Amino acid sequence: MADLKMTSVDKIDVAYVAHLARLFLTDEEIRTFQGQLDHVVAYVKKINELDLKNVEPTSHAVMVQNVFREDVVKPGLSVEQVMSNAPATISDQFQVPKIVE
Amino acid sequence: MSFNVRNMTVHEALSLMERRECTSEQIIRGLLDEIRAVDGRIDAYLMVNEDDAINQAKAADRARAEGKKGKLLGVPIAVKDILNVRGQQCTCASRILSGYVSPYDATAVARLRSEGAVFVGRTNLDEFAMGSTTENSGFKVTKNPRNTDYVPGGSSGGSAAAVAGGEAIAALGTDTGGSVRLPAAFCGCVGLKPSYGRISRYGLTAYASSLDQIGPITKDVTDAAVLLGTMAGWDEMDSTSVKIPVPDYMAGLSGDLKNMKLGLPREYFVKGMDPEVEKIVRAAVAKCRALGAEIVDVSLPHTEYAVSTYYIIATAEASANLARFDGVRYGFRIKGASDPIDMYGKTRAAGFGPEVKRRIILGTYVLSSGYYDAYYLSAQKVRTLIRRDFENVFKQCDALLAPVSPTVAYRIGEKTGDPLQMYLGDIFTVTANLAGICGLSVPCGVNKEGLPVGLQVLGPAFGEEKILRIGHAYESAST
Repeated sequence: MADLKMTSVDKIDVAYVAHLARLFLTDEEIRTFQGQLDHVVAYVKKINELDLKNVEPTSHAVMVQNVFREDVVKPGLSVEQVMSNAPATISDQFQVPKIVE
Repeated sequence: MSFNVRNMTVHEALSLMERRECTSEQIIRGLLDEIRAVDGRIDAYLMVNEDDAINQAKAADRARAEGKKGKLLGVPIAVKDILNVRGQQCTCASRILSGYVSPYDATAVARLRSEGAVFVGRTNLDEFAMGSTTENSGFKVTKNPRNTDYVPGGSSGGSAAAVAGGEAIAALGTDTGGSVRLPAAFCGCVGLKPSYGRISRYGLTAYASSLDQIGPITKDVTDAAVLLGTMAGWDEMDSTSVKIPVPDYMAGLSGDLKNMKLGLPREYFVKGMDPEVEKIVRAAVAKCRALGAEIVDVSLPHTEYAVSTYYIIATAEASANLARFDGVRYGFRIKGASDPIDMYGKTRAAGFGPEVKRRIILGTYVLSSGYYDAYYLSAQKVRTLIRRDFENVFKQCDALLAPVSPTVAYRIGEKTGDPLQMYLGDIFTVTANLAGICGLSVPCGVNKEGLPVGLQVLGPAFGEEKILRIGHAYESAST
């Protein structure tokens, strides 16, 4: 059973995953990361040796629940403060390259 | 006039200022002297603003003269460059955040500030707190002050090196998989990772949100108790901070271990660890027994799966958290991109260093379609098993004693080519983050080369009083 699970997990395709993550890597980076991450993935696969069928997943170690607050206006950062770190702005808005022709 | 602050603790600084034997300005000037003298060799700081620090100190001195009180009035604190301090840079040691200036204080920082703390500078780290050596900084490599051929540990290596090197009185770090405890152990200072939810994460640039915690790095356990007491407690701005009362951590430092039952997890004393480290840690355990503790053997059977679980969960969360760095709203942006996708891809490629890229790729992979169940979901299930291991042992004992790391500090460059070997060094620290419990690193000796070893005290969630009491009793008996 464990073997089946292991073989269904393929090798990481670094070039494809980097594209998903919007990281434009060089060919050399892809080669280096491929070798390093193949090792890491082969190692972390180890968890599938365990029988996890009846185990609940933990997303947070302490109980986390929705938190609501009153919908009241409170002081926040000014527009000027929010925009102060932006690489390019125009009329208090973030400027980016053209999206639509 | 300045004051010699090389070995000064927070509580010593406070009592000197209370007795009017020195001013905050004298302490800050002494600290700036130390930084000028040693930081060229250690490279702990990314930024020190001397004028600003002196002005903050003068304000603290005026406040004291007017009779104002503050638990940290005039005490300088160094801050890891991943926690927001209003008006100071916050680069996360990443080129992608070069030039970023924080518009607000992190809650932990705001609480220290409201008690009068002075913020002297920003300490180096592994980029976005991803690393165990501080070699992954986008700007410079911090050296271990005990021997500058060695790493200080990471990711809060700048904070630990500053404290150990006498160029900070105390510092803040963050701990996602050991990043406070490991550098504290490698540099020979005290490092506390509080329970998840004990200190608000608001204003901490997120790496892995379900694991991150802010913690103090200090010269003694008393200082860790002082800083924890000031920062801890529920915060409206962090919905994962927990609404339970903050005890008086100082009051619990009794100096003995009577009626304490301490567990030795057998999985933390394993073949392959440095025998000298094991010997030094076992001697510390014997000292705890001499102080009145009963020592029992316990087992945490899922420990061998902890590194795998951690590197799946942490990188998954990192890949989501670091999606915000795309060159649109802050930080670095590549010039001449043809469209937004081109801009994101090239900005991120040029802005992030190799370790951050590796972790984003691994995290994106374990969350991607077809792999989610085998990696991410399975890791969350193993996390449940690891959490239960701790719940079980804390029914048998008050706290656990273990090494912080299987080795002493590595030589600079020793492990940089092999990420997996680097990750395996985190085996004894990642478990506390996965389980949400608290952990303390206390210096317990040095090896033949003079490199420090840390004793790790692990306690149940919100059991900081216990581990501080144990750390303090051990420390008092060994100095």
